[in-house]
Amino acid sequence: MFSLRPRGIVCQQAVEMVTDYLEGALSRRDRRRLEAHLRVCPNCAAYLEQIRLTIELTGTVEAEDLSPDAQTELTELFRRWRTEDG
Amino acid sequence: MVGTMEPDAELLSRLRGGDEAAFMTLVSRYQPPMLRLALTMVPSRAVAEETVQDTWMGVVRGIDRFEGRSSFKTWLFHILANRARSAGSRERRHGSADARPAVSPDRFSAEGQWADPLDRWVEQSEDRLDAAVWRPTLKAALEALPDRQRQVVLLRDVEGLSSEETAAILEITAGNQRILLHRGRAQLRQVLEAEMARHREEQD
Repeated sequence: MFSLRPRGIVCQQAVEMVTDYLEGALSRRDRRRLEAHLRVCPNCAAYLEQIRLTIELTGTVEAEDLSPDAQTELTELFRRWRTEDG
Repeated sequence: MVGTMEPDAELLSRLRGGDEAAFMTLVSRYQPPMLRLALTMVPSRAVAEETVQDTWMGVVRGIDRFEGRSSFKTWLFHILANRARSAGSRERRHGSADARPAVSPDRFSAEGQWADPLDRWVEQSEDRLDAAVWRPTLKAALEALPDRQRQVVLLRDVEGLSSEETAAILEITAGNQRILLHRGRAQLRQVLEAEMARHREEQD
């Protein structure tokens, strides 16, 4: 099952190409080699899918809300600026 | 994120007219991601907070120079990164992280093939992909990334900026941007993978 070596790319090389692939930064030749590998290797296809899901989940991480202190301070700064500005 | 968000452009035109509510809306929208980025670039939290405040003052003073060629958010992060750089750089937690492979070599056979099959995450039970379940894990993993990786992942995958914008804001090359993104994403995947396996064991 793990004996496939399509066009010279092994899994360990394929995983290092994934970001350049998603970024559209692979040469045409490398892209073809990776895509050929992905077609026959369910594990690397699963890896790519995991990376995609990781990106998606990372997009849901939210920053903490602003502390009330920081908010007050900024309001004051803004008022000062508006006065300065006349 | 929030359903009915007033577009930045409208808030900006109100801000130009001196509207305080518009300013505070922009602040609450962007302050958290700004602080998060600043924390990765300067030596302390105090300096990070100062840098963010300073950035807002730069924004209100320079609002007339914003031409809308980039998004407001991109412009904001540019100002912030410039100020953070002049505020003094942080001792970088470089380590050997940049040179590490995306996946540990012990996961592969001597021939470079996966030693064990990988999970199909989408075929798992539904809550495996419920963002709320994994958010704390991811948040902690993000915070543990080396600074430069974290900066790139924050701008790309959390804030949704383009690779060009991210490289310009951080003043790094396109190639470096990709390397840092690659290491960062690979690390987050690995943490999620371990957490999902643990989660599944608990359920079985």
